[in-house]
Amino acid sequence: MANPKQPVVRMSSITKHFLDVTANKNITFNLYPGEICALLGENGAGKTTLMNILFGYYTCDEGEIFIKEEKVNLSAPKDAISRGVGMIHQHFALVPSQTVLENIIIGADSGKGIFLDLKSARQELLQLQERFGLQIDPDARVWTLSVGEQQKVEILKALYREVDILIMDEPTAVLAPAEISDLFSTLRSLVKEGQSVVFISHKLNEVMDISDRIVVLRAGQVVAEKKTADTNTRELASFMVGRDLLEIIEKKTLNAGQPVLEIEKLDALNDKKLLALKSLNLVVRQNEILGLAGISGNGQKELSEVLFGIREPIGGLIKIDGGRLKFGNPAAIIKSKIGRIPEDRIDTGLLMDLTVEENLILENHSSSEFHRYGLMKSRKIHQFSEDLISAYDIMTAGRDAVTKSLSGGNLQKVMLARELAGRPKAIVASQPTRGLDVGAMEYIHQRILQERERGAGILLISEDLDEIFALSDRIAVLFEGAIMGEAHGEEASREQIGLWMSGVKK
Amino acid sequence: MGEMLDIAFISGLIGATMRMATPIIFATLGEILAERSGVLNLGIEGIMLMGAMTGFLITFTSGSIWFGVLAAAFVGSLLGLLMALLAVNLGLSQHVSGLGITLFATGLAMFIYRLHFGSPTVPPIIQPFKQIALPVLSKIPLIGPGLFTQYSLTYIAWMLIPVMSILLYKTKIGLKIRTVGENPVVADTVGVNVTLTRTLCLVAGGALMGVGGSFLTLAHQNMFLIDVIGGRGWVAIAMVIFGNWDPLKGTFGALIFGFLDGLQLRLQGMGIAISFHVFLMIPYLLTIVALIGVSRKAAVPASLLKPYRREEKGG
Repeated sequence: MANPKQPVVRMSSITKHFLDVTANKNITFNLYPGEICALLGENGAGKTTLMNILFGYYTCDEGEIFIKEEKVNLSAPKDAISRGVGMIHQHFALVPSQTVLENIIIGADSGKGIFLDLKSARQELLQLQERFGLQIDPDARVWTLSVGEQQKVEILKALYREVDILIMDEPTAVLAPAEISDLFSTLRSLVKEGQSVVFISHKLNEVMDISDRIVVLRAGQVVAEKKTADTNTRELASFMVGRDLLEIIEKKTLNAGQPVLEIEKLDALNDKKLLALKSLNLVVRQNEILGLAGISGNGQKELSEVLFGIREPIGGLIKIDGGRLKFGNPAAIIKSKIGRIPEDRIDTGLLMDLTVEENLILENHSSSEFHRYGLMKSRKIHQFSEDLISAYDIMTAGRDAVTKSLSGGNLQKVMLARELAGRPKAIVASQPTRGLDVGAMEYIHQRILQERERGAGILLISEDLDEIFALSDRIAVLFEGAIMGEAHGEEASREQIGLWMSGVKK
Repeated sequence: MGEMLDIAFISGLIGATMRMATPIIFATLGEILAERSGVLNLGIEGIMLMGAMTGFLITFTSGSIWFGVLAAAFVGSLLGLLMALLAVNLGLSQHVSGLGITLFATGLAMFIYRLHFGSPTVPPIIQPFKQIALPVLSKIPLIGPGLFTQYSLTYIAWMLIPVMSILLYKTKIGLKIRTVGENPVVADTVGVNVTLTRTLCLVAGGALMGVGGSFLTLAHQNMFLIDVIGGRGWVAIAMVIFGNWDPLKGTFGALIFGFLDGLQLRLQGMGIAISFHVFLMIPYLLTIVALIGVSRKAAVPASLLKPYRREEKGG
């Protein structure tokens, strides 16, 4: 066992550039044996990059790394693993079509000669499961497991490789509240068995809950290091954001008007042809934001796809402003004035290789306003896009700039500008601020509130409970394709919403 | 049509099925190996042609037919290596690299053949493989003579089927290959060399394709013609999909093709008054029909067609 005073990991003066972005700037980070150290920071603060360097997935441009008091040169993850460092990424590194056992033993040499020795590998796995209380059927195919179970497979995979320094990147992002407390007790038992854990997160409450020590990163630099017992969420928030207060959202009191988006008994299948939406009912009214909470994978994707016209439901109906919506026809949906803000702005929202202007007129290019005899009216279009660029404060080299040169926040502004320019009656926003920094997030929230004041009805699909609580007039919870419960924004409690999210009806 | 059911006909058809399936089996196994590691090798048609030409040329000049087979395997693996260089190391489009190799190899095969033989009015021939009747087994009534009086390459092809199955599902390298094809990030993370694994699969797969091609000039026929492959490489690509990337099921597809190919040869021989071109179409036509039925529920290796490079910051 290492001396408890000596860090098991010492990273000193780490600097890492990506093209022109400095992701880590002169960072010094220590991890001590037997502790859970939280690495706290906003999206893009450089937490994951720093840990990817420790895991050998990236190489740092400057700086030194010591593991167990030995200077190391990590050129690939296997170098880190062989020194006992394991990392569990946000997106699990598992092969869904293979079994749990196959996923765990891949690359870890067991068995003589060229053949796999599944028998002794299974024995070893069962012993690990026993020791750490992680029960998973070794022969189950990974795609049949829940997200929480898949995470256990990842932990077992690390333990199987005799890892004693475990990095977990935002491990709670995809878990239900019950699964989170399950994970926390697993982490505590790991530490008791002599492991050291780095817990990457941007959620203050969780960090306060699970960690012994907290290192706060902002814009690629360490801004604070505290014992968890000596700090509080308010102080951490100010370190994290770099100013005193978290975003304050002021919402005007408005009375909801006529229904603009009505969903009745909607049934839809997912990609595996299983029922993903089960007789779903929802109503969104004018001047209202309906927050749809829920853990990812409970039908959010399918619902937004139906509303975007790219998935045809098998039953039910949707009315926009009283008129029945034609399914599976995106052109009809644009005509019926739904603003669509998809979850994945890069893959489904925007064409990254086209110019900002082209993206801005993507949905309107065939309106008579913008073309004559099939030829685009370029002057009109330039005027239109320049107006939007200034109205939405889009930071770009100009309307002719290639869209992929924009930052995440500005991409989302382009997205909003295009979708809101037509003054939609109903807006479907799916994870509108995921991956954005605080400034951009604030901007998007303000815009959504402005749309509410203008009279639009907004369906806000989000996995971020803070966002749901801050914006929503009403909150509904989606669980296994149906509404588990609904509450008024002011009356809803986090506990209640959390219970609904994990499928507990009360 | 009473003669259709007589014993000689059935026995002959079984034998022909086995024979005609042989090049497809080699090629299908080679392609499965490549695709399971995540690389679609559309160079297959050209690699088979180079194998056919090289096998013929080396047999013609050295007088040893097994030298010919080895040379075909060697040339196939070289072209597999070229594919790996383009599609794995440089990360170019697999479609473009593969088609490029087919075009290149087709031209090269004709070029080398002409260089050596010129343009003879009567194509040169070699002494091809002889069929070997296995003792006892070939005496089994009805099916024996057909199944067990075959070329050595056919026997080898059949032995390779379980070998490939065991390789993919029971060995360490097999698990690595499948993981690289499904998710190279996972493989890389646990220390599997993605580039090396894919390269090895392409090289070994190319060797199998080359041997498959050489069967056509060393056993099926005794001469080299430019259209000797006749799209069998593309059929093998279809068989990989038909067989859901599984060696056993893929071979089953190859057998169906071999059966239809053997059947059309026999139907032609019976003097039915339909253009033989129609018969030639049958196996290809049915390949398409079979694909429509099967490929809708195909389990494609998840990273097929995706080049892998570490340290590209995504999302």
